[in-house]
Amino acid sequence: MAEQVRKNKQTSDRSEVTAEVAATTAAQSAQTKSDLDDLLDEIDDVLESNAEDFVKSYVQKGGE
Amino acid sequence: MAIPKICGIETEYGIQIRGGDSNPILASSLLISSYVAATSKKSDAQGINWDFCDEQPAIDARGFSYEDSFAPEIESHLVNAVLTNGARYYVDHAHPEISTPECRTALEVLAFDCSAEEIVRRSMKLAQPFLGPQAEMVLYKNNSDGKGNSYGCHENFLVSRDVPFGRLVAQITPHFVTRQIFAGAGKVGCEIPGVSEREVPYQISQRADFFEEEVGLETTLRRPIVNTRDEPHCDPQKYRRLHVIVGDANMSQTATLLKVGTTSLILAMIEDEVLPVDLSLAHAVPAIRQVSYDLTLRQTLLLRDGRRMSALDIQWALLEMANKYSISHGLECMGGDDDGGQILQLWETVLSGLSGEPESVAHLVDWVAKKRLIDGYSQRHDLQPGDSRLKAIDLQYHDMREEKCLALRVGLDQIVSDEQRQRGVMEPPDSTRAFFRGKCLERWPDQVISANWDSMVFDVDKGPLRRVPMMEPMRGSKELVGHLFDSETSLADFLEQLGV
Repeated sequence: MAEQVRKNKQTSDRSEVTAEVAATTAAQSAQTKSDLDDLLDEIDDVLESNAEDFVKSYVQKGGE
Repeated sequence: MAIPKICGIETEYGIQIRGGDSNPILASSLLISSYVAATSKKSDAQGINWDFCDEQPAIDARGFSYEDSFAPEIESHLVNAVLTNGARYYVDHAHPEISTPECRTALEVLAFDCSAEEIVRRSMKLAQPFLGPQAEMVLYKNNSDGKGNSYGCHENFLVSRDVPFGRLVAQITPHFVTRQIFAGAGKVGCEIPGVSEREVPYQISQRADFFEEEVGLETTLRRPIVNTRDEPHCDPQKYRRLHVIVGDANMSQTATLLKVGTTSLILAMIEDEVLPVDLSLAHAVPAIRQVSYDLTLRQTLLLRDGRRMSALDIQWALLEMANKYSISHGLECMGGDDDGGQILQLWETVLSGLSGEPESVAHLVDWVAKKRLIDGYSQRHDLQPGDSRLKAIDLQYHDMREEKCLALRVGLDQIVSDEQRQRGVMEPPDSTRAFFRGKCLERWPDQVISANWDSMVFDVDKGPLRRVPMMEPMRGSKELVGHLFDSETSLADFLEQLGV
């Protein structure tokens, strides 16, 4: 039975699913906005102090 | 029916010694040797060596060999160890590389990819005392230094030898060009000579800039979208190992799971000949870059039959076929309906999000998560494209130091538990021959002379060395041989019971 439900869900109309996702993501977006602000507040502490040297000195040899 | 999609991931990490001599080969050797010495169960604290006898990277899946012209580079005498979790940990060119053990499902290989990150973090700490007081070893799980040098994160999939290679190439290429919309790790700028940061300030994939051919044997130059290395590491009459070099290394667990899972599913559909719609692209190499540069996800690609489809359209078409396939054929090849069903549902969730508001999948998709960070930081500080701080954010997203890693701070969904991650550092998967390899190493560390993917060599009571072939990736699982390790048998009796 559970198997049948799963398969039905898989074949459900794409627009239904998109609408479902859109509804939940709208609610999430306010939350994620404030999370991003918090993260941007924190980022200057985490980021390497001299960004230019940090980026310039990162040189690798090609691999594989 | 499609064969089980045994899979594995090999990741080359970027490496740097900050504030010290940064010879990458020495640094990589130190990193791995430090880890091996600290974890070896051998009485001399050395590692178990890799056995190179089955390495043939110059054989081409299209039926010829480059033995004469292809530089032999396999046996380098650099550190090359086999771990008790069944993985290989070694220096490859100028990078440390970990290959996960062979796994039965995408979810399992994700767990071992997380364990590999843990091994790298432990190795960094173990190597630190050998450096000068001002020096610090740092690793990055990314694919480019931003200056035109790239290193890979390769996937491997078991494929039936019955599939004609030409059809495999034709049918998998549209997926390889378009799957980056959920599997791309994101990159600030562009590494094509002559393309400015104003033209491409940010792109979806770390790797798209480096692909110049549709199909070929190379991995370091003129990289092809489909790599033809024909080195199955198992019974060559029955199997191929598709060596996939086109992907990015992911920080998002969802992206790794989907990258491996969707590719496994499509390969199974190719084996079962149920891909009814031809999605072949007219120009795959320009298309892979076009998709990477198109942050709107709306541009269309020209198909060989004259139609135009966006990368999203192609992914939706593949998902629809995969859903039908799951009903008509079941998902045993994916390890069962639960494992396969999880991939299908996640795939749909991610495509739905990308089709609507991409930012809604910032907790699932690396390039979206990183872009959010870059955009937010640019706006707050009014930065222009090309600013070093934006490149620093890009680099630090992939930083293996937990206290510096930005990917750990952006709210990515976690699928693998911390307990699974820790267990996979030492314990092999139950499901494949990696179980046999790992358990032999744990049980008889002083008597294993060498090991590789498809065999092990044992020294039994000073008699002749005994090679145990492991040509079937599914044999050697816990279910088949686990009971032999439970008893107190000697190695000689153990090999006797195996009939070797």
